[in-house]
Amino acid sequence: MIHPDAYPSLGELLYDSLLTYKSETAFVEYNRKRESGRLSYLEAKREVDALTRAMQELGVGAGDRVAMLMSNQPTWLLSATATFLRGAVLVPIDYKLKGDEQRALLAHAKPQLLITEYGEWRKLGGEADAQHVWVTDAPEGAELGAATRFEDLPRDVVAGEHVARERADQATLVYSSGTGGDPKGCVLTHANYLEQFRMLSDIFPMDVGDRYFSILPTNHAIDFMVGFVGPFASGATIVHQRALRPEMVNYTLRKAGITHMAVVPLLLEAFERRIREKQDEAGPLTKRLFDALVGINVRATLDKPRHALSRSLLKPVHDAFGGTLKMLFCGGAFVDPARARFFYDLGIPVVIGYGLTEACTVLTVNDLAPFRADSVGRPLDGVELEIRSPDPESGIGEVWAKSPTVFDGYLDDPEQTAEVLHDGWLKTGDLGWLDPSGHLHLVGRSKNMIVTPGGKNIYPEDIEGAFDGLPCDELAVFATGYVWPGVPLTDEGLIAVVQGAERGLQSQLEQRNKRLPDFKRVTGILRWDDEFPRTASMKVKRAVLAGELREKASLESIIRL
Amino acid sequence: MTDAKHLVPRLLELAARRFEKDTSGLTPEDDLFEKLGIDSYQAMELLTDLEEEFEVEIPDYEIQGVNTFGGLAEVIERRL
Repeated sequence: MIHPDAYPSLGELLYDSLLTYKSETAFVEYNRKRESGRLSYLEAKREVDALTRAMQELGVGAGDRVAMLMSNQPTWLLSATATFLRGAVLVPIDYKLKGDEQRALLAHAKPQLLITEYGEWRKLGGEADAQHVWVTDAPEGAELGAATRFEDLPRDVVAGEHVARERADQATLVYSSGTGGDPKGCVLTHANYLEQFRMLSDIFPMDVGDRYFSILPTNHAIDFMVGFVGPFASGATIVHQRALRPEMVNYTLRKAGITHMAVVPLLLEAFERRIREKQDEAGPLTKRLFDALVGINVRATLDKPRHALSRSLLKPVHDAFGGTLKMLFCGGAFVDPARARFFYDLGIPVVIGYGLTEACTVLTVNDLAPFRADSVGRPLDGVELEIRSPDPESGIGEVWAKSPTVFDGYLDDPEQTAEVLHDGWLKTGDLGWLDPSGHLHLVGRSKNMIVTPGGKNIYPEDIEGAFDGLPCDELAVFATGYVWPGVPLTDEGLIAVVQGAERGLQSQLEQRNKRLPDFKRVTGILRWDDEFPRTASMKVKRAVLAGELREKASLESIIRL
Repeated sequence: MTDAKHLVPRLLELAARRFEKDTSGLTPEDDLFEKLGIDSYQAMELLTDLEEEFEVEIPDYEIQGVNTFGGLAEVIERRL
């Protein structure tokens, strides 16, 4: 593995990977049920060389921004590598956002170059706030306007010049929220990424021959680190599936010899359901035998995972995942401890961690030595955690972090930056406590937001607009984990607090609710008699109102929808 | 706009089989998520069935924003 300590920038580390592992397979791509492409690290280097040249021709250089808007594929990673080598700042944009949300982020970032794929370009309406646009996978004859067809960029060229960067220089601009309100662009440095990679590779090293299946969006911090930087620096192979549908994901898992994969809790749940269905189909005798084998596996893996043993004991389960799976990384949201336990008992460790965009990828992980499902793990090497203003009885307080992975601040937003950064400490907005063995337990939030099982951050303020004009005097949306810390974060949801409700409110609210994407829907209504506390400018004082709710209302008084 | 309505009956049949729902009486204008009670993840499964049935490849992005059976039929028609 290439050790990050010697490197001043991500670009140099990634380029050295391309040279070091030149004869290894960098990428295998599946399109539905066939292998549609394969690249060695040497071939990957040739593509990166051509892209640095093409970027140089456009004048993309130190500090310029290059936005990436595409689903997971080799082009994403190769273009990102070229971006770093040109000294430019990568701006990953979530391809799952709506066109107008993506347009708003691009207008905020104002990139010199946008690299996107045809489907996304169409979603943007063929227009974007970028000086230049490259579009991949456009069908023949498609009208691209001023954009350039990515495949038409010259390939047989001399590599572009590499522009040196230092550790303190900005590497990426990552949007942590802002689909409804003001975009929050996190400024992350090369040091943030190199340090994060060092911390993680110490615990979970990858090797030549490992195969990582990349299904979480690469614009997401976890896939970027575990499915890009990690495999490159280890000479491992990254596997993509162009049609990310359940059947194709399962097919790829069975066929491609996957060893590592990152998932969100929602997918972990789907995997568990599949395994349980299979178990239910089996006869009682088979089931008893299986349970006995699980029992043996549990005892054999008490102190640490034993992949080969688990695999031979519980072959049918492992075969459903291709037979080579070593571990799953689960992130983006909170994992049900029972579910993590279920997989560990079958010999498939689920690595749970805790992080936020403002701290690169993760602050804590469960290091599997031994496995514990009840916490989000211990701080990584170099991360300090403090529980500020803890409750004297429970020890619960706000989690603050100091780490070389903590970001520089929000782009052009000193006010919001000052709210979260204090003397080198990051105020996470999450509530938790540390147990005597140093494991962090999260119990709620000191900021009004939820994280969905699919890994999306939802800010209630962004949703209130959907309920404008309903027959009530006042309405505010709250996250349950913010109002009542201690609600398990796997069950957190959104509720609408209404004051002065008139007849028909509930049915009208339910109708509006249905039109929202499922992850933005409120799950309950709380009727409230008092007027909402407001500031001089008539904004709802959310923290004060939440305090009143906590004191006078209970979870039981919520009308479930 | 192409006339893809003739594909709708076959599409409803496949949806009925995949999700074990009675789709008789549904029309091209009906909201497929609402009538089938499915989410976007499950819609992708239906898309795979449709690809096999009609022997076409439909990129996932093609069904972004498609809500009705008629709309889905049009996406297929364009690729035939």
